[in-house]
Amino acid sequence: MPLVNEEYGFFIDPQRCIGCRACVGACAECGTHRGRSMIHLDEMDRLASTQTVPTVCMHCEDPICAQVCPADAIKRSEDGVVHSSQKPRCIGCQNCELSCPFGVPIVFSGLEQMLKCDLCYDRTSEGHRPMCATVCPSQALLYVPKTQIESLRKNKPLREFTIGSLHVKTRNAVMVPDDDVPLHLDAALLIAGGF
Amino acid sequence: MSQLPNSLEELRRAFGPHLNLAPPGGWLADPVPDKLVKTHCCFCGQQCGIQLKVKDNKVVGFEPWEEFPFNKGKLCPKGVKRYLQGNHPDRLTKALMRDEHGFAESNWDQAMAHTAAKIQEIQAKHGPHSFAVLSGVSMSNEKSYLTGKFARLGLGTRNLDYNGRLCMVAAGAGNKRAFGVDRAANPWSDIEGTDLIWVQGSNIAECSPITTDYIWRARDKGARLIVVDPRITPIARTADLVLPLKPGSDCALNNGILHLLNKWNLIDWDFVEAHTHRFAEAVEAVKDCTPHWTSNLTGLPVEAIEKAARWWGEAKTSMLLHARGIEHQSKGADNVSSCINMVLATGRIGRPFCGYGTITGQGNGQGGREHGHKCDQLPGNRDIENPEHRAHICKVWNCTDEELPRKGITAQEIMNAIHAGEIKGLLLLCFNPVVSLPDTEFTREALSKLEFMVGMDFFLSESMQYADVVLPSALQEEDEGTTTSAEGRVIKINKAVDCPGDAKPDWEIMVDLAKRLGKGRFFDHFDSSRSIFEELRKASSGGTADYGGITYEKIEANMGVFWPCPTEDHPGTPRLFEGGKFFHPDGKAKFYPTPWRPPMEVVDEQFPIWLTTGRVVYHYLSGTQTRRIGFLVEQCPHPYLEIHPRLAERYGLAEGDPVEIESRRGAMVLPAKLVTTIRPDTVFIPYHWTSKLAANQLTARHLDPVSKIPEYKVSAVRIRKTTPDRFSPELAELQRMAFEARSNQSDIPEQVF
Repeated sequence: MPLVNEEYGFFIDPQRCIGCRACVGACAECGTHRGRSMIHLDEMDRLASTQTVPTVCMHCEDPICAQVCPADAIKRSEDGVVHSSQKPRCIGCQNCELSCPFGVPIVFSGLEQMLKCDLCYDRTSEGHRPMCATVCPSQALLYVPKTQIESLRKNKPLREFTIGSLHVKTRNAVMVPDDDVPLHLDAALLIAGGF
Repeated sequence: MSQLPNSLEELRRAFGPHLNLAPPGGWLADPVPDKLVKTHCCFCGQQCGIQLKVKDNKVVGFEPWEEFPFNKGKLCPKGVKRYLQGNHPDRLTKALMRDEHGFAESNWDQAMAHTAAKIQEIQAKHGPHSFAVLSGVSMSNEKSYLTGKFARLGLGTRNLDYNGRLCMVAAGAGNKRAFGVDRAANPWSDIEGTDLIWVQGSNIAECSPITTDYIWRARDKGARLIVVDPRITPIARTADLVLPLKPGSDCALNNGILHLLNKWNLIDWDFVEAHTHRFAEAVEAVKDCTPHWTSNLTGLPVEAIEKAARWWGEAKTSMLLHARGIEHQSKGADNVSSCINMVLATGRIGRPFCGYGTITGQGNGQGGREHGHKCDQLPGNRDIENPEHRAHICKVWNCTDEELPRKGITAQEIMNAIHAGEIKGLLLLCFNPVVSLPDTEFTREALSKLEFMVGMDFFLSESMQYADVVLPSALQEEDEGTTTSAEGRVIKINKAVDCPGDAKPDWEIMVDLAKRLGKGRFFDHFDSSRSIFEELRKASSGGTADYGGITYEKIEANMGVFWPCPTEDHPGTPRLFEGGKFFHPDGKAKFYPTPWRPPMEVVDEQFPIWLTTGRVVYHYLSGTQTRRIGFLVEQCPHPYLEIHPRLAERYGLAEGDPVEIESRRGAMVLPAKLVTTIRPDTVFIPYHWTSKLAANQLTARHLDPVSKIPEYKVSAVRIRKTTPDRFSPELAELQRMAFEARSNQSDIPEQVF
């Protein structure tokens, strides 16, 4: 049974991320990606914390990348998946790359085409979960029926974001972090006697 | 003589490490495989299930194995890219023999005949024990078992030991004296239902990444997490309590906790009285370990120590997990005992969601240490000095007691004996002591003194460069067999592809060599891994690590079988010690008193900073495999010095600055990496690299008197800012390789998309 349907949701929880980049490596191994990864993984501020954040496409309901595409090369299918640019149309102008509020699309040099996460269409259509959410050791990337999320996680999923003047609704969700997550970890503050 | 045949640069050019960047045929090759082989990842003791994609007798990629219950498809980056160790430009496919120009490819027969002759010559001249074997536990149970038998009966030497001596041996010693058995007490599924998880000296997110999800799932259900480590590792980032203690002070902390448990009467007296011995002695040993005393030694605030003790004492269910952080110390076994004392005092073991375990690090760290390539051990975790145990093995092996050597010396002691000229010959397999033993320069000197060294490996590791003969052996995916995961789950490794060229599985090489040494009668019946496993079953039968009832078919049908499993109708034993029954003859567990003693080396005016070493998520052990995989090298190409900005400021160091780190053993220059996630009196270096970039240039050969594990986690160093020209050229070369890996995205045709 295809796993791209209304039932399934993609949940991103940076609190759980351990920065191992298994997602980045596995994305490149996906049958159609052939060595190119569509996932970004960023250290927030390694000086101050081991916090890392994976970024996969949020699959916007009204994708900005498609709105700004002068060649109308970016399509969203009925199941809510926003696809890579269509090769015959894409002119490699990078409008999508520059406008995406999450910084997802990549115009690959040499290809002159924008490629992005398509929720592993080749895998999900055959009943597999997306590659990144399958391998993620901490399950910071989670792909499950939406109805399960409440029982699986204590944090709430968020699918609406205000970024600058933009208000964005997305198919994928980010888990709202706990209020008390420290952004700055300092061992010097946890030891006796100071330094 | 085993001097290096060429310069390191020449060796690197010929044998690597070079990078494998893409699957066979490149990224354009048809990705549809001929078959998927269900097996396990070769990197680390988690032993995640994985499916290897095979096409034209080559591993071309992987597919998650979502049905395997331990990891359900999850993999760390090493697992994702593990397939790139196959079809590798550096792969050894022919026997190598030394000549005046370096290594030359050789006819197999000639290399084997020469090896047998040299072994016989050395043993005739200097006695049977002058030839030693050093092996490793990335090998299957079958290969580990056969290595033990080959050393004892093929070579007749008592001097056999293994790289588990650098890994879990302190945990094994602590477990055996407390429980009478050496295995994690619980299946990992117990983690996710527990109330309190205590992680000590285990960088779980990087060294056993799949365990992270078990811990996160427990926390989703409300579990608290306490992490004890000099560094705030990724698993500690959101922990409920982080205890960044001074390196080498673990036992002090745990003694302080036991002191408070006793003072506050948070003891499970029913359990202690019914199921344990020596509680009074353990408490007597910690009577002076007040919070103030503990704070002084650990550098932790009194309030944090009291909070930890309160949480531990009052928890309803708990799991205590530790790893190399507490084990790699000159009191490694005592550190382990001090953890076990906390567990036994609260009686939380042997029930659902209550337990304890070391997180075994190496691929087959658990099974490999049970079946006899440890200097004091026979299969089934038997004692080589115990007359009954010897008699059982003599019967299975069809040898006399006189033919079975007695206890030998441990890995570091073997290297010391080589250096002292007492051991003249060495068989080295699955072990890279030049990178992994402490005091690198000493190890290089030792290997240079050997009269003859024969190695078996798939890449020419930095240690194999000293060999006179190198025999190409098999990758994990080129043979079948079993391993035993950190949980104690015996699992099946399935063969995906054939060995390339003349390479052969290690057991085949040893059987061949035994025949040439005139010991064929002990080995003639081995014609497959399965035939070795059948003998292992008999040999382990009746031992604590009893595999008697485990068959290949049963493993596959049940997705693994937990030992002990004495009979074929026995379901296996996922959780040990149920009903408070332990493995000592009287069924009781033993507290082991752990009076405080400092590390063998402590900071002083000359060397005022603590050094601790460890792993990163992208590399496995000495890096022989992972330093050859493009993606992994791209993510972490070389070591660095992790240092707190407050300490860095004292030395005028900014991010990336060259810093010389010097200990009593040696010195090295690395770029500084400024992080507030480490104690300001401590620096950290990851250890996976070689030569001028080897962290073990700085570490000491100080051993735990009980387990003989080296004290990798505690050294004293001094640092100073230096100039960029002092960076080793190897650093620039590794940065070039990382760039090469990053740039490898050029061969994608447009029509793919």
